[in-house]
Amino acid sequence: MERFTGKVWVLGDDIDTDIIIPTEYLALKTIEDMRQYAFSPLRPDLASQIRKGDMIVAGKNFGCGSSREQAPEVIKALGIRCIIAKSFARIFFRNSINNGLLLIEQPDLYDDMREGDEITVEVNHHITYGGSRYPIASLPENLMEILGAGGLVKAMAARNGLSIS
Amino acid sequence: MGQTMIEKIISRNIGSDSVKQGDIVTVSVDRVMLDDIMIPFIVDKFHEMGFSKIWDPNKVVLIYDHLVPSSQQDDVRHYQVGDRFAEEYGLTHVHRSDGICHQLMTEAGYVKPGDVVFGTDSHTTTYGCVGAFSTGIGYTEMAAILGTGELWIRVPETIKIVIQGELPEHVMSKDLILKIIGDLGADGATYKALEFTGSTVENMTISSRMTMANMAIEAGAKCAVFAPDEKTAHYCGVELSEWEKNLKGDEDAVYCKTLIYQAKELVPVMACPSQVDKIRQVSQLEGTVIDQVFIGSCTNGRLEDLVAAAKMLEGKKVAPFVKLIVTPASRKVYQEADACGALKVLAQAGAVITHPGCGLCCGRTGGILCDGERVVATNNRNFLGRMGTSKVEIYLASPVVAAACAAAGKIVLPS
Repeated sequence: MERFTGKVWVLGDDIDTDIIIPTEYLALKTIEDMRQYAFSPLRPDLASQIRKGDMIVAGKNFGCGSSREQAPEVIKALGIRCIIAKSFARIFFRNSINNGLLLIEQPDLYDDMREGDEITVEVNHHITYGGSRYPIASLPENLMEILGAGGLVKAMAARNGLSIS
Repeated sequence: MGQTMIEKIISRNIGSDSVKQGDIVTVSVDRVMLDDIMIPFIVDKFHEMGFSKIWDPNKVVLIYDHLVPSSQQDDVRHYQVGDRFAEEYGLTHVHRSDGICHQLMTEAGYVKPGDVVFGTDSHTTTYGCVGAFSTGIGYTEMAAILGTGELWIRVPETIKIVIQGELPEHVMSKDLILKIIGDLGADGATYKALEFTGSTVENMTISSRMTMANMAIEAGAKCAVFAPDEKTAHYCGVELSEWEKNLKGDEDAVYCKTLIYQAKELVPVMACPSQVDKIRQVSQLEGTVIDQVFIGSCTNGRLEDLVAAAKMLEGKKVAPFVKLIVTPASRKVYQEADACGALKVLAQAGAVITHPGCGLCCGRTGGILCDGERVVATNNRNFLGRMGTSKVEIYLASPVVAAACAAAGKIVLPS
């Protein structure tokens, strides 16, 4: 079973896609150009503070708003390992899985979580924080297949007989 | 066991009569909409996936709207990438400056009752106004559809919303959908379908239904649907088939929730900064001083919206310190509003009338605001930083309320 530990950044309820990446930066050429502006309307310094392997813990309805796939892409580009929230908006959920960004729904962790602390995630099983275990559900099989392929681009490339490293 | 509207649409699409909520199925796509912001990303993903042709170029519609006309030099690159892709892969439905994608998809007849449609913009839920299943997706999934013509979906549960009776004066379908979003909450319909029914929506124009379907996403909904009727047939330029005439939720269908409203009890409302579900009655906000008013967008930039605003502003002037920006949803709307005199009335009142397109709604052009400014707007989102800096306050309202506020220079009830 996949298991990893990392530092947590805590965000609130209804973190919308305009907060994650404002429209004014959406037409920048690459995700690398955009990532410095992630979360800028809410926390302008956050993007520069996030390190590879960190995680985000948030409240309900994370990723609500527009269909912009740049939202999960900039979060992944910042090095975020996974997002754990009370719930996710629909399009953001699909976009994240399609980009190989793991999302976990957990109803209680957010209420207990303190920013800067570390948690350990055992995928499809539970999260450990401060000596407590927070159970998590398994993702449906078709989504685990896309995640397993490394995202939808790689899954489609394999279907077309290409291999992408 | 009966079926909801969405179960009927998906059943027909996949050729099964036993589709039920929660099933994960693969649908054949009837139409897709690609917008200008996303096109370079779609093209990159399409090529990375190794596709060499589009499954059916006739089913693809490419629309430039968010970035039209360009407001930053790099916007032009999006048109160039789109044009090259259209030429290389034989796309014939390309709109370069005709208006907002969601307005054009229905107005230009790309969507019919019972269709399954995906678009790279979250307000793709709009096409439920003509009884289609439509929803927003990201650019990677769009690239996969362009190559395969298919997409997996989870058949959604449905919330049935019944509205009965006549809307009071100065209450528009915008007030109704804002009220519903306030009651459901911003995540109250996540992954679910909304099915609107009752005499109020039966008596509504397609434009008013469009406003409601457009905003379903603001409650998290996957889609929103209205049963097709004679108005739908007329609007789409089709005759309804027997199947389409019966495309409504069955009496014994399973709904996860039913909300019932009496239209006569509704009043003008606003969504307050910075959540669409933070709904207050306009009467509670009266007197709040404003800097700008925006009437436009795929939510409320249609002919009936501009006419309603013009009626409110006839013989009046916009308050001297307020900028009123009017952005028709499409070229056709612009021309019709011009022909019927609505634009003249608005211009005489002091409005700035802009080119059709997304305009200020997506915060790229046409009236960007600064710290401490307050705007009343008829679009669909009031998120932090959407129309300028994160210290701009955005109040969402109907065109009638917005027009009344423009004349008063503050939030007021229309009279």
